[in-house]
Amino acid sequence: MLRDCFSTVDHKKLGLMYVVMALFFFLLAGGLAAVMRMQLAYPDQHLVEAATFNRLFTVHGTTMVFFVGMPFVAALGNYLVPLMIGARDMAFPRLNAFGFWVTLFGGILLYLSFFTATGDAGRGAAPDAGWFAYAPLTERAFSPGTSTDYWILSIILGGIGSTVTAINLIATTLTMRTKGMTLARMPLFVWIMLVVSGQVLVALPPLSAAQIMLLLDRYLGAHFFDTSAGGDAVLWQHFFWLFGHPEVYILILPGFACVSEIIPVFSRKPIFGRAAMIGATISIGFISFGVWAHHMFAVGMPSRANIFFAASTLLVGVPTAIKIFNWIGTMWGGLIRFDTPMLFCIAFLVQFLIAGLTGVMMAVTPFDWQLTDSYFVVAHFHYVLFGGLLFTLFGAIYYWFPKATGRMLSERWGKLHFWLIVIGFHLTFDPQHIAGMFGMPRRIYTYPEGRGWETWNLISSIGVAFQGIATLVLVWNIVSSLREGRVAGRDPWDAWTLEWGVSSPPPIYNFESAIPVRSSRPLWDLKHPEDPDWKFE
Amino acid sequence: MRFLAALVGLSASVQAQEHAFQSIFRPLATPARAEYELSLLVLSICAAIFAVVTGLIIYVIVRFRDRGPITHAEPPQVYGSNQVEIAWTIIPILIVFVLTLATARVTSTIQDREPTASSLQVNVIGHQWWWEFRYPDSKVVTANELHVPAGRMTFLNLQSADVVHSFWIPQMSGKTDVIPGRKNRMWIDPRETGVFLGNCAEYCGAQHAHMLIRLVVDTPEEFDKWTAAQRKNAQMTNSAGETAFLNGQCVDCHTVRGAPASGDAGPDLTHFMSRSTFGSGMLPITIENLKRWLKDPQAVKSGTKMIIDPLSDKDVDAMVEYLMTLK
Repeated sequence: MLRDCFSTVDHKKLGLMYVVMALFFFLLAGGLAAVMRMQLAYPDQHLVEAATFNRLFTVHGTTMVFFVGMPFVAALGNYLVPLMIGARDMAFPRLNAFGFWVTLFGGILLYLSFFTATGDAGRGAAPDAGWFAYAPLTERAFSPGTSTDYWILSIILGGIGSTVTAINLIATTLTMRTKGMTLARMPLFVWIMLVVSGQVLVALPPLSAAQIMLLLDRYLGAHFFDTSAGGDAVLWQHFFWLFGHPEVYILILPGFACVSEIIPVFSRKPIFGRAAMIGATISIGFISFGVWAHHMFAVGMPSRANIFFAASTLLVGVPTAIKIFNWIGTMWGGLIRFDTPMLFCIAFLVQFLIAGLTGVMMAVTPFDWQLTDSYFVVAHFHYVLFGGLLFTLFGAIYYWFPKATGRMLSERWGKLHFWLIVIGFHLTFDPQHIAGMFGMPRRIYTYPEGRGWETWNLISSIGVAFQGIATLVLVWNIVSSLREGRVAGRDPWDAWTLEWGVSSPPPIYNFESAIPVRSSRPLWDLKHPEDPDWKFE
Repeated sequence: MRFLAALVGLSASVQAQEHAFQSIFRPLATPARAEYELSLLVLSICAAIFAVVTGLIIYVIVRFRDRGPITHAEPPQVYGSNQVEIAWTIIPILIVFVLTLATARVTSTIQDREPTASSLQVNVIGHQWWWEFRYPDSKVVTANELHVPAGRMTFLNLQSADVVHSFWIPQMSGKTDVIPGRKNRMWIDPRETGVFLGNCAEYCGAQHAHMLIRLVVDTPEEFDKWTAAQRKNAQMTNSAGETAFLNGQCVDCHTVRGAPASGDAGPDLTHFMSRSTFGSGMLPITIENLKRWLKDPQAVKSGTKMIIDPLSDKDVDAMVEYLMTLK
């Protein structure tokens, strides 16, 4: 079994290994966050010292983006895309395995820094410059030792993994589709993963380039970002956010992909406005590259630039609104079943709506001058990545677990997990909006009494306890269901995409015989010969 | 009331009110006020969108829930509707248009304001982890506590001595970053006197949390008095503390005008006692706190750039006594 893990090039095994990797780093980085919230529960606490706290939030953010979010995206793409398009495997199975291992080693390297890197405090110093690592704080004058190098190298490794996965997904989608599976008939999930892969290919080079420039600065006397020698601190910010903002969509679009599969099945209707959904996805893909400087409204760009980036950012709201309305349109007139995957999708809809609206607030430049770099931003992006992405990933786990393992997750534990995480999420992140509007900057390791921040921080910290229990429930649900969950059969949800047309778990070769594809819901056509989709194509 | 009290010369006895609670919804200067008014527009549009969409979601999940096995057939399969699709594309576009225009207007009102002859200029220099304030007209140099007169425009010219910082006092204005190698600018025109607390808002290393700003808004008369006092040099005292201070490591980094001390890496101490806190707003100035600090700065503010050879208890006591004379 273990040897099989090391040598496998099977897309399903690699997909599941990506899930395990993501969950493992999720528990680690979640633990770091829990320590931060304990420290911030009360004013003037000294549970951890300043330097430690700075390492906690740096590694937490870096992990969640590069070693939880990205591997989970890779997991979804790897496991599901070949099955959904009727392929036997990915186009480049060995490259696929390489991508997994290089990403894993990137993550391990990041955590190794806790034991072997050197920093201000001698041996055992993790990176502490924040996940977007603004220059020149990362230069050797301010970050001596090797901790920043661990950060740079782990991200370069993670970036290589993401890039090869993206290449593989594009090649697979374009060349390996089964007979009848035209681009127009591809599941929305596959469409979205295709757009995301394209974004990865364009967004990662600026990041890798910036990391290499930083390494040159640190060790070969270059001065790209070294302001004491005429380098430019803002240049780093442009490079980083030219990656960083598309990255947000790279992470959230796969969440949209899951929702776009789950909501139709549990509403018993096809996705509403399929063509508009594909169009909205592609336009988000393009617009995402023209909004990066909204992270930089306070750096002193000319007012014309600030207004341009406000307008482009607000524009993202249009395709996003189309998506939300189309999901609601899909539920309209349906027969909605409230199984756990659907519960997560409904919570996602409301939470992502709020995330979008706080995003609109911050797109408005003058309002953003007040909100940026405050706890409001912390709340906003946790609404996007936790209330948005993570909720859809939980939904995806409950939805596809039976396909991958052959057994159902317990609905009873699942609903308990759902309600606990909803409560925990809102307790933790809702009050942070208020703390931010009352002047609390992000990334402070402690705060004095009397600034009006105490209540909000305490509530926020209490929420973490709910999240912790919820996560234990999820882990228990997975472990116990693997052994004694109800046997799923090939199609427990009565769904319509190709992966549900093979046994659970699917055989190593995926498809014994090709399933005829004449529309975007091939299994619906098989189940309803009297009312097939292809009549309406 | 405080303004009136100041006019009749009672200001010295009135402790300026400290505004530790800084809500962006209680603006006290024009930039913060413009941001606040725009935020009300944005918040009401967002609240309306939230109410409509959440209402729709709730309606849909109640109205169209699966009511059990009575209706076992699949619902009618609807694939979309171009009219509906166009409607919910156009409405967001209109909202985006309105918000863009409002953003453009307020952005340039705040950002493109030019100083006039009567504006006060202050050079703000961010350091790891404290603020230096230099008044080019009066040549006053101070640290961590910024004095400005009420009712007058003050332009803050922002520079950094090391890494990126950000200057933020919510009731006065949103943030502007303080970036090495660049000159940024922001302005405030406080309408009320008092002490307003703010923070460095861009993560800048170990003690980012303790890089507080204290803005002291004086009446114009008080401000003139303060400026006159700050312009004076310190008096030499020939005390043991002064000797220890001047002959030791302190002068490498600190300036005391009027004495042979002109280091510029740390805060100017000429009128140290005119401030109420030290360590960038971290601690109130008391004998107790100063002794703790001088004995081991790293134990009080870990990572601080004040790295010193240990001082004897006698030197610490004498130096604190000396610092107390720097009024």
